[in-house]
Amino acid sequence: MENKRAQLSDQQLKWETFFKWLLIGASAILVLVIIGVIVTLIKESMLSIKSLGFGFLWGKVWDPVQNIYGAYPFLIGTLLTSFTALIISVPFSYAIAVYLGEYNPKGWLSDLLKNIIDLIAAVPSIIYGFWGIFVLVPLVRQLETKFHILPYGVGIFTASIVLAVMIIPYGASLGVTLIRMVPSPLKEGAYALGATRFEVIRKVIMPYTRSGLFAGVLLSLGRALGETMAVTMLIGNTSAVPTSIFAPGNTMASVIANEFVEADHAEYLSALIELGLVLLLVTVVINLIGKRIISRATNH
Amino acid sequence: MENPIVKAENYNSYFGDNHVVKDVNISINKNEVIAVMGPSGCGKTTFLRGINRMHELIPGATSKGKILLDGQNVFDMNAIYVRYKIGMVFQRPNPFPNLSIYENVVAGYMLNGLKISKAEKDVIVERSLTSAALWKEVKDSLHKKGTFLSGGQQQRLCIARAIAMQPELILFDEPTSALDPISTSSVEALFHELKANYTLIIVTHNMQQAARVSDRTAFFYMGELVEFDDTKQMFTAPKDERTQNYITGRFS
Amino acid sequence: MEPRIGFRNTKSAIFKGVVIFFAFAVTIPLIIVLLYIIKQGIGQVNWTFLTHIPAPAGEKGGGIINALAGSFILVMVASVIAIPLGILAGIYLSENPRTKLAYYSGLCVDILQGIPSIVVGIVFYLWLVKPFHSFSALSGAIALAVMMLPIVIRATEQTLLLLPPSLKEAALSLGVPYHRVILKVIVPCGFSGILSGITLSIARVIGETAPLLFTAFGSMFLSTSLVKPIESLPHIIYNYATSPYDDWHDLAWGASFILLVFVLTLNIVTKVITRKWKIQL
Repeated sequence: MENKRAQLSDQQLKWETFFKWLLIGASAILVLVIIGVIVTLIKESMLSIKSLGFGFLWGKVWDPVQNIYGAYPFLIGTLLTSFTALIISVPFSYAIAVYLGEYNPKGWLSDLLKNIIDLIAAVPSIIYGFWGIFVLVPLVRQLETKFHILPYGVGIFTASIVLAVMIIPYGASLGVTLIRMVPSPLKEGAYALGATRFEVIRKVIMPYTRSGLFAGVLLSLGRALGETMAVTMLIGNTSAVPTSIFAPGNTMASVIANEFVEADHAEYLSALIELGLVLLLVTVVINLIGKRIISRATNH
Repeated sequence: MENPIVKAENYNSYFGDNHVVKDVNISINKNEVIAVMGPSGCGKTTFLRGINRMHELIPGATSKGKILLDGQNVFDMNAIYVRYKIGMVFQRPNPFPNLSIYENVVAGYMLNGLKISKAEKDVIVERSLTSAALWKEVKDSLHKKGTFLSGGQQQRLCIARAIAMQPELILFDEPTSALDPISTSSVEALFHELKANYTLIIVTHNMQQAARVSDRTAFFYMGELVEFDDTKQMFTAPKDERTQNYITGRFS
Repeated sequence: MEPRIGFRNTKSAIFKGVVIFFAFAVTIPLIIVLLYIIKQGIGQVNWTFLTHIPAPAGEKGGGIINALAGSFILVMVASVIAIPLGILAGIYLSENPRTKLAYYSGLCVDILQGIPSIVVGIVFYLWLVKPFHSFSALSGAIALAVMMLPIVIRATEQTLLLLPPSLKEAALSLGVPYHRVILKVIVPCGFSGILSGITLSIARVIGETAPLLFTAFGSMFLSTSLVKPIESLPHIIYNYATSPYDDWHDLAWGASFILLVFVLTLNIVTKVITRKWKIQL
């Protein structure tokens, strides 16, 4: 009987080793996938990189028919939409963070707000886009007519509004975590000196969470940069450099979404893939910096 | 009568470069109750965990030397098999929270995928819980999860779980330090009854407990086995000065 | 002294009012969007809608069964890939936090979390569509699986890290081999935390369009083949919403309503499960 048990243990040892290698393999696959993604994108952009060089980033004309590929309009479009969305969303994200982190951390009202924020994050991008087309675009068109701007309806501004709504939850939930981490003794000390709530927030909480909140802004930016569908549906899809915030344009993501399947020659496809590579690198760098700042802030 | 069940020969334990257990030579006989005592950080728990090869599960932990179980070096045997042959009870009672009391007792079989009939399982459960002095208290709630049990009862459940595997040797790592006095004495009473069928090695930081329950006591200090003797002898007339200092409370 | 304090207190009260206003103002866009989708979409849902394929362009009627079936197949296949892989990777990360591999694969999980979904679409087009000269459900499903992975991995990792180490010790000391300790003790004890990661990742990818644009591609027909293009809920919404046909807009509203119902239900389910664990998803 003992012999059988010893045999079982030997068999189990083999399975143990197999399982440990399975775990290692699963993690290794992750690394391989990422490496594969980067290598593939670089390889397929090579054609474009070699023929266009750095001029790609400054070229103001994107004309696939003539084989001219300048990414500048899309860089501008991306920056404009993302930063406008950030500016619009920051007051809201911050207000939510301060409310849930400081004024009202517990209770039914705060749970309600938390659920609302989670709901906003849960709604898929195309639904925001779809709604945007039929509700927001006519509204913006009316606004533009009133101010004697060309009433496209679609454009940078429209896309930025929807994008702003979509990124609010990211900044907000991060902000809540950071504000809740401010040590009570710090705040109590200020209150004991006769500070008002506002002053404690401004003079104690804000400085303490400053780097973390900056990271939150970075992560929201990273999210905004990669957002495709809602933006594609609302930005107007023009390959010209946008002339104003109400003009139509394109972001790196939206031009890829629109033109990828139409790319019928190698240089066209390679140029789009190069755009994807740029988008990937920028987004990844911003996200990693943001995450690093946060992990340092939360480990204090 | 000499009937060694466990023998350590030049046994050393390391955490990385940290030499935690230094050159231990000890021989323990069948059906003895051995107490292992010493101040915090003296290596007694590390030594205990070396016996059933739990020590090497910690990243960076290594050891040298031999530990003989019934004459065979545990390091030449399959580690899983060694742990199956030796039972262990930990400082904090740790019954499996997702299993019922009944399932906890036979967990050693079920988790290993060993097929035993319901009738056999019933026998094992009753026998083990009785030996752990817990049967009467839980026999009507065997299929409930053990969360309602007191600390002492949970610890006795863990003892039953270890006994169910019919080990010859049971290791106890400060088994009562997380328990209240009443639970402590119920567990200590158990040691006396278990002695008939098992060999017990009990690490304790409580000198009085060592004096109460054990036949022989081992005193560890700074990683070394300083003295190993008959319990009465050690507490009345210790041979080493360090033992003397520890017993009289010069350091703890 | 008195006016100063009064002034400062007023400033504080005004600030609080402003904060509350901005914080709760976000409810407005949410309600507007939800109500509009429900209003436009709920009327579209009937038996025909759920069981027929779309009518040709310009014709009235039809349904979205191709999208419903397609989403189901895509999510199922993606889950079959992402769930075991994600759980195994999550186990590795929680069990071996200090190894080099854990550092690098953890970094890769962070990268995956932030990768734009359109880039995922590009890569899987290049890997699985171009070489075979065909769009396919499988390529879309794998792209979705890649998007599910970070959520499943982090949920598993964080759940398992919360479990007391004494659990593992107790099982190991009984002579249970490592793989059984993990699979029969640790994972079952962390089950609800891991499950919440799964439901959340499904809620996330069921609405993803961008990765499918160049992989699954979309189709007018009901298809269950993994090697042919396949339609999906978010993609049919994108396609039909941006089309010039009112009838197709109607279908898109109905599809949006159904998608919203799925996503919200999954999110609620996740919340209910997460209540037990305090993990950050």
